[in-house]
Amino acid sequence: MNNTKSIAVGAVMLCGVLAAPFASAATTLESVKEKGHLQCGVTSGLPGFSQPDDKGNWTGIDVDTCRAFAAAIFGDAQAVEFTPLTAKERFTALQSGEIDVLSRNTTWTLTRDASLGLNFTGTNYYDGQGFLINKDIGVNDATELDGATICIQAGTTTELNLSDYFRSKGMEYQPIVFDTSEQTVQGFAAGRCDVLTSDRSQLAALRSKLNDPSSAKILPNTISKEPLGPVVRQGDDQWFNIIKWVLYAQINAEELGVTSDNADDMLKSDNPSIQRLLGTDGDMGAKLGLPDDFGHKVIKQVGNYGEMYDRNVGPDTPLGLDRGVNALWTDGGVLYAPPLR
Amino acid sequence: MKKQATDSVPAGPKPWYDPRVRSLFFQFIAIALVFWGGWTLVDNTLSNMQSRGISTGFGFLGETSGFGIIMSLVPYDSTMTYGRTFVVGLMNTLLVSAMGIVTATIIGFVVGVARLSSNWLVAKLALVYIEVIRNIPLLLQIFFWYFAVLGSLPSARQSLDVGGTFFLNNRGLYLPGPVTQDGFGLVWGAVIAAIVAVIGLRIWAKERQLATGAIFPTFRVGLAILVVVPVAGYFVAGAPLEWDLPELKGFNFGGGITIIPELAALWIALSLYTASFIAEIVRSGILSVSGGQTEAAKALGLPNGLTLRLVVIPQAMRVIIPPLTSQYLNLAKNSSLATAIGYPDLVAVFMGTTLNQTGQAVEVVAITMAVYLTISLSISLVMNIYNRAVAIKER
Repeated sequence: MNNTKSIAVGAVMLCGVLAAPFASAATTLESVKEKGHLQCGVTSGLPGFSQPDDKGNWTGIDVDTCRAFAAAIFGDAQAVEFTPLTAKERFTALQSGEIDVLSRNTTWTLTRDASLGLNFTGTNYYDGQGFLINKDIGVNDATELDGATICIQAGTTTELNLSDYFRSKGMEYQPIVFDTSEQTVQGFAAGRCDVLTSDRSQLAALRSKLNDPSSAKILPNTISKEPLGPVVRQGDDQWFNIIKWVLYAQINAEELGVTSDNADDMLKSDNPSIQRLLGTDGDMGAKLGLPDDFGHKVIKQVGNYGEMYDRNVGPDTPLGLDRGVNALWTDGGVLYAPPLR
Repeated sequence: MKKQATDSVPAGPKPWYDPRVRSLFFQFIAIALVFWGGWTLVDNTLSNMQSRGISTGFGFLGETSGFGIIMSLVPYDSTMTYGRTFVVGLMNTLLVSAMGIVTATIIGFVVGVARLSSNWLVAKLALVYIEVIRNIPLLLQIFFWYFAVLGSLPSARQSLDVGGTFFLNNRGLYLPGPVTQDGFGLVWGAVIAAIVAVIGLRIWAKERQLATGAIFPTFRVGLAILVVVPVAGYFVAGAPLEWDLPELKGFNFGGGITIIPELAALWIALSLYTASFIAEIVRSGILSVSGGQTEAAKALGLPNGLTLRLVVIPQAMRVIIPPLTSQYLNLAKNSSLATAIGYPDLVAVFMGTTLNQTGQAVEVVAITMAVYLTISLSISLVMNIYNRAVAIKER
C-alpha cells in the first residue's frame, strides 16, 4: 500500500514538472535581457559562416549576424553564446527554446515557414545549390552526372532539390547521406562518392578543407534558390521585428555609406536617414523595444552588411566569393531593405 | 458468544476495513492517476504545439517524400510517400540486425570455445580478440571499418575483379544477382519436400534407436537429402535461373547485387563487437557445467563429440541463453549508429531526413521508439520461448 501511495504521489509530481515549462509567459526579449546574453544557434563548423577559430572565438557571417543582434539589445556585440547544431537538430533546438535565434545558413522555404512554428526574418546570404566534383572524372556540366554517387548532408533542402533535379532531367543517382558536413567531406575525400552537393558558398568552404583543394572543382550549374537567413519562433512579434530590423539596419547602413570606421563621425550627419539609423533623431529603437542608438552600436561594433560580407566570405577571404546577387540593389544585386522610418 | 459469531460471518468487516477492497480502491486510484498524467502530457503537448503553429498528426505519412535513398529492399523512389520511407528504413534496420545476430553468434561461439582451448596460442589469440574489441567504443570501430578499411579500397575503374563476376571497390561489393525464370516454383517445391523428408527421417531414426539401439547417421544422410533433392529439382525444371552480372556503366557498376560499404562496415563492426561479449558468455556457460558431468559421460563410453553435444552444451545453454538475449537486443539497438556513416537505417532515413523535411519530431520519434521497442520485445519473446525449451524440466 505504501508503494501504491508513492506511485500516486510520483505521478502527480511528474505532471507538475512536465506542465511547468509551458506556463512561462515572458517575452523572448525579456528573457534574453534577464539571462544577460543571447543564445544563438550556429553550425558546428562551416568556414565563412560559423566556425570557431584557433582561440575558440566564433567567426563567420552567421556569427556576425548574431553579434549584431547582441549589440542592438545589450550594446555589446560579445554578449552572445553560441550553440553548435547539426542540420537535423536545428529546428528542434529553436522550437524548444534552447536557443533564442537560429543563424545557421538555413534555407527559407514555405514548408518550414508554415509548418514548423517558426518565422524566417530575412536573408543574410542568397545562395544556390551546386556540385563539387573531382577533376579527374572529367565532367564539366551537371547534365553529365547520370548514374553518379552523390554525398550529401542530412536534413537539408539539398536532398530534395537533388532528387527534383535528377528526376526532371531523367537521370539516376545514388545518395550517400551523412550527419555533418565534416563527414560529408570525409566521404568525398575517401572517394565514396563522385560528387558532393551543397549550397555553392559551402562548396567553396568545404573544398578548402580538402587535402588538395585544386583537385576538385565546382560545376557551373546552380540548381536551386537558397535564401539563407536567421529564424525565430512564431508567436513573439516584437522579437521577430527586432531580428528582422537589425539586419535591415545593416543593409541600409551600407546603402547610406555608414561603416564601423565612420559611425562616430556620422553621428553629426545632417542626412535624416542617417540620423534615424544612428538614433540621433526619432525613436526607431523604442518602437522595437531597443535603445534608440541601437543602429550606432550595431554599425560601430559589427559593421554594415558589406563589411560583414567582405570580412567573412568576400573576395579577400579563403572562400573568395564575389558579391554577385548579394550586392545592394543599387549595384545590380537583390539586397533591398525597407526604409528605416 | 456463539450467536455473535454466526452473526458476524455473513456481514464480514465493513468495506473500508476490508483489506481486499481497500487495496483494489488504491490500485484503481493509482491507475487513474497514471492515465490522467499520460493524457495531460499528450493533451498539453498537442495544444502547445498547436498554439505555436507546429503541424501535428500522422497525415504526413501519406505525403510525397521527394528524396532519394541509396539502398532499399522494397521498391522505392522519391515520388513515393513518407510512409514508404519508414518501411525502407525499417527493412534496412531489420536486415543489418539479422545479419549481425547470425554472424555475431557464429564468431562468438567459435571464439568462446577457442578461449577454453588447451592450445596456448589459440586461447591467447581469443583472449586478445575479446579484450581489444570489447574495450573500444562501437562507434569508433564503425568509423574504423568505414573510413580506414573501406576507404583504402580502389576506385570503381580500378576495381578488384574475380573472374569478371565479382567486383570490389570503394563503392561496394558487386555480386551476380540471380534472376528466377518460369518454373522456379518446382525448385522451391523440392526444397520443401527435402525439409519434410529430413524431419521424417529424424523421427524414424529416433524411434528405431529407441527400439533396437542401432544408431542411424541422420546428420550425413539428412544433409545429402537437403542438397541432392533441390539440385535434382533444379535440373528437372530445366535450370530456371539466370545470373545478372555486374558491369561498369558510366560512374559505377550496374546490375547484380550490391553490398554497399556502409552496410558492410556496420555489419562487420556490429558482428565483431557483439561477438566479443558473446564469446565471454559462451565461456562462462561451458565452465558452469561441472567437470563431473564430462567424467561421467566418459565413464559411460561416450566419445568426445557426443559428450559435448549431448551432455555439456545442453547444460551450458541454460546459462548462455538469458545473457545472449541481452546481447541480441544490444545489437539491434546499436544498429542505430548507422546514421554516423550514412547507412540508411530507420534512424537515418525516418528519424533523420523524414523528421527534418516534415518537422514533426514528436510523431516521428514516437513511431521510431515504438518500432525499436517492438523489435526488442520480439527478440525477447523468441529467446524466452527457446529458453523455456532448454531450461531444466522440473517434474
